Amino acid sequence: MTSTVLAAASSGAPATMHEAVLFWLLAPIAVAAAIGLVVARSAVHAAMMLAAVMMCLAAFYTAENAPFLAVVQVVVYTGAVLMLFLFVLMLIGVDSTESLMETLRGQRVAAGVIGLAFSILLLAAIDGGIASFHPKGVVSAEAGKGNVAAIAQLLFSRYVFAFEATSALLITAGLGAMVLAHRERTSARQTQQERMQERASRGGAAIAPLPGPGVYADHDAIDTPALLPDGTIAALSVPSYLQVSSAQPRREDPELGA
Amino acid sequence: MRVDYYLYLSAVLFTIGAVGVLVRRNAIVVFMCVELMLNAVNLSLVTFARLNGSLDGQIIAFFVMVVAAAEVVVGLAIIMSIFRSRRSASVDDANLLKY
Amino acid sequence: MYSALHAVTYAKSTGVFDLTFLLVLFPAASAAVLLLGGRRTDRWGHLLGCAAPLASFVIGVIEFFALISRDGGQSRQLDQHLWTWVPVAGFHANVNVLLDPLSITFVLLITGVGSLIHIYSVGYMEHDPDRRRFFGELNLFVAAMLLLVLADNYLLLYVGWEGVGLASYLLIGFWSHKPSAAVAAKKAFLVNRVGDVGLSIAIMLMFATFGTFSFSGVFTAVHGPGVRSGTMLAIGLMLLLGACGKSAQAPLQSWLLDAMEGPTPVSALIHAATMVTAGVYLVARSGAIYDVSPHARLAVEIVGAVTLTMGAIIGCAHDDIKKVLAASTMSQIGYMMLAVGLGPGVYAIGIMHLLTHGFFKANMFLGAGSVMHGNNDEVNMRRYGGLRKLMPVTFVTFGFGYLAIIGIIPFSGFFSKDKIIESALDKGGATGDLFGAVAIAGAGLTAFYMTRLMIMTFFGVKRWPRDVHPHESPKIMLIPMAILAAGSLLAGYLLVLGGSLQHFLTPSVGSSIEQGAHTISPWVLSVITLAVVLGGVAAAWWLVGRKPVPAEPPTHVTLATKAARRSLLGDDINESIFMHPGAYLTRALVFFDNRGVDGMVNGLAALVGGSSARLRRTQTGFVRSYALSMLAGALAIAVSLLLVRVG
Repeated sequence: MTSTVLAAASSGAPATMHEAVLFWLLAPIAVAAAIGLVVARSAVHAAMMLAAVMMCLAAFYTAENAPFLAVVQVVVYTGAVLMLFLFVLMLIGVDSTESLMETLRGQRVAAGVIGLAFSILLLAAIDGGIASFHPKGVVSAEAGKGNVAAIAQLLFSRYVFAFEATSALLITAGLGAMVLAHRERTSARQTQQERMQERASRGGAAIAPLPGPGVYADHDAIDTPALLPDGTIAALSVPSYLQVSSAQPRREDPELGA
Repeated sequence: MRVDYYLYLSAVLFTIGAVGVLVRRNAIVVFMCVELMLNAVNLSLVTFARLNGSLDGQIIAFFVMVVAAAEVVVGLAIIMSIFRSRRSASVDDANLLKY
Repeated sequence: MYSALHAVTYAKSTGVFDLTFLLVLFPAASAAVLLLGGRRTDRWGHLLGCAAPLASFVIGVIEFFALISRDGGQSRQLDQHLWTWVPVAGFHANVNVLLDPLSITFVLLITGVGSLIHIYSVGYMEHDPDRRRFFGELNLFVAAMLLLVLADNYLLLYVGWEGVGLASYLLIGFWSHKPSAAVAAKKAFLVNRVGDVGLSIAIMLMFATFGTFSFSGVFTAVHGPGVRSGTMLAIGLMLLLGACGKSAQAPLQSWLLDAMEGPTPVSALIHAATMVTAGVYLVARSGAIYDVSPHARLAVEIVGAVTLTMGAIIGCAHDDIKKVLAASTMSQIGYMMLAVGLGPGVYAIGIMHLLTHGFFKANMFLGAGSVMHGNNDEVNMRRYGGLRKLMPVTFVTFGFGYLAIIGIIPFSGFFSKDKIIESALDKGGATGDLFGAVAIAGAGLTAFYMTRLMIMTFFGVKRWPRDVHPHESPKIMLIPMAILAAGSLLAGYLLVLGGSLQHFLTPSVGSSIEQGAHTISPWVLSVITLAVVLGGVAAAWWLVGRKPVPAEPPTHVTLATKAARRSLLGDDINESIFMHPGAYLTRALVFFDNRGVDGMVNGLAALVGGSSARLRRTQTGFVRSYALSMLAGALAIAVSLLLVRVG
């Protein structure tokens, strides 16, 4: 399909049949995904919806003779930016599903009304402004060099200052993110000796390493607690975030049992 | 089909994104909605390039992507630090700066 | 009078006349040392304070004899250029001192009588911890007054004028721990300001009209063409206002009685040698201006006549010995004003009365101080009585002053006052007759209240409280009194003898041309005046001396007496015309400021604040609300843009 689309696009400005098919196939998906993004309960789902929209847009870029942008859209946007979103989502808790109850009075109604009005306005403006416009197509502007080379030429000639400015912006943004995410240490790092002393001061069994799980037990799964010499369960042998398995040691130790 | 259908699509996507910014409370989802709006604008720009027979629109779309990347980096870092101190990613919870 | 061309020029000073500036410098330097030197000058401060005016007096005497040894006329007017004060294009102010018969006369009066008062003060202020400061301020007073009379232009005169005002303020309020003294000082200063404004306006008018304010320039220019009589009248009246302020003439007389809060030597200095004579000096010095403005001259006469009557009436009613003397000063200065108002030829007579008054009034003030000194600073005459036996020297010297002021024949007052009455009548016309009658009546009233003072103080039975032991004052106080008493007796002869003073003053104030014919023979007039005076004395004896003086003033008295006791309602008039309306205006302005201006400003602030308080409720802190507003705003802008494009 891509090849046909590319062929159609390279031929000239007016949209071809192939392009129409592509559009009418993907546009509803994009709109549906966008709506899904707004209404999804889970943030991860929302991210998936956004990815769908972006992929659709990448396809449209190809159809519109912008293969460079299409690739950038996929690699940078869908690949890097969206992954960054997901990464942060994981970092702050995936399962923090948001309550969809609106807390601001009238916010949702107002947003709906204004959004509707805004879209009507935009559509009307496009309708009034573009209807009689005959598309020229970008192929002539590429001057036979191909899209990437033509964009590169523009980028490094006419837009070179803007390009440099954005590079500075990216560096600044990276630095800013580092500064914002950085956490200042408020106390000196504990030395090994200090950690030892602290542990010894707590007294008891804490001096020795914690008992490993599964010792004297039927199973060696990590949630199976170790057994103490008297046959009781050593609660410390299981990490606190795991449920202690209900599986009790079944085998009677003949020596202990006696 | 007419080329300006892309523009109608772009307008619809933009509006959906805007409404999403207004109604969602999770800061990350709000950010996604902003990205959606930026993408919608990019679509318009690419279409305008086609209509005008000039590559400038594509260049601008490229710059928009770069700026969006920078914005996402900083915005997510801010969300991170807010989450660290308030244990919440809701934009409604960060409302100390008020009357 | 002036030379035919009316040009007034002064010769350059030479020889001994180059010392003229020392007259001012001595007391000024002494004042600076005493006021800036602090306590380390306490021990010898009064000696320096006495030496300075004495040194000036010696120089004054030397220069006086040098002056009369010269020919008459212009050669007796000597101008010494010291330095240029303000050398701006079109505005030249010189610091020049002018020594002429008029100024040397004043110099001798100021330094002579002033020195005696200084010496007297050594004894009078002996127990005052601030005696050094007192002498410093006395010296400042003398220096300022000398600068005033020696200046050769109005601007420098104004410096001395203000210096006199400052020194009088300091001295009247010398005992500033007494609220009454502080208030009196303030009052004197404020009332003087009114007059000073008049003088400054007069100087500005002179500069605007003639482009100069030196005596020679102005007096030459007044005869020039194109000088409008309205301008001259304005200058004359403004000068008169200044003179009224300093000389305590109606309507600015109210400060003088309160000024008695100062130490008695200060009163003597103010009344005899400095301050109040400044107004008379100013009018006499500005004779050339008044010569071309008869209406201004008439105003001077009216002021003099009114004040001499007022002062005499006030003097009849007060029981405070110093206030009676102060009222009599007002009255006597009124005589002088009347005289200098009468015009060419009578200036000299006004100055003559000023000189004789300087002697006898200083004498009586020092006498009054002596009486107070012996009576625990009591000033109420109803607590005196019969003091002549206990204070014989004071009594005798005071008596000389008394006889001089009422104008008994061999004493100095007779000569000068008689001349004034005579000149007033000689003026002729209705005004002349009126002023003459007023002057004669004033003489009678003077005799009445002075006799009342004498009777209540020195005669009758003793009325002082049990714990007061009147005693004679120390010699250092008595000797100046004795000298002044001699002056009261002899000054008249020396000045009148062959019209010597009038001839001497001719270069400064014009010759004493007899105006018109005598309407009444001088001899007959003297007899009439003496008869009126004796009538006043008899009336005083009849009303006061026959029966014991009550300890408290009688309360059932006529309205006129009550008014006189309140100094003819001078303060009440000032309060009702100026103070109360001013206070009301201030209160109204404050009200307007608080309610109107502040109300408007505060109301505006409240409006802005209130609307801001409501507006800020929209700052909810919810980012989504802000985003909604932004979207709505974007929508509104887009809609309006479209409308503009379509429309």
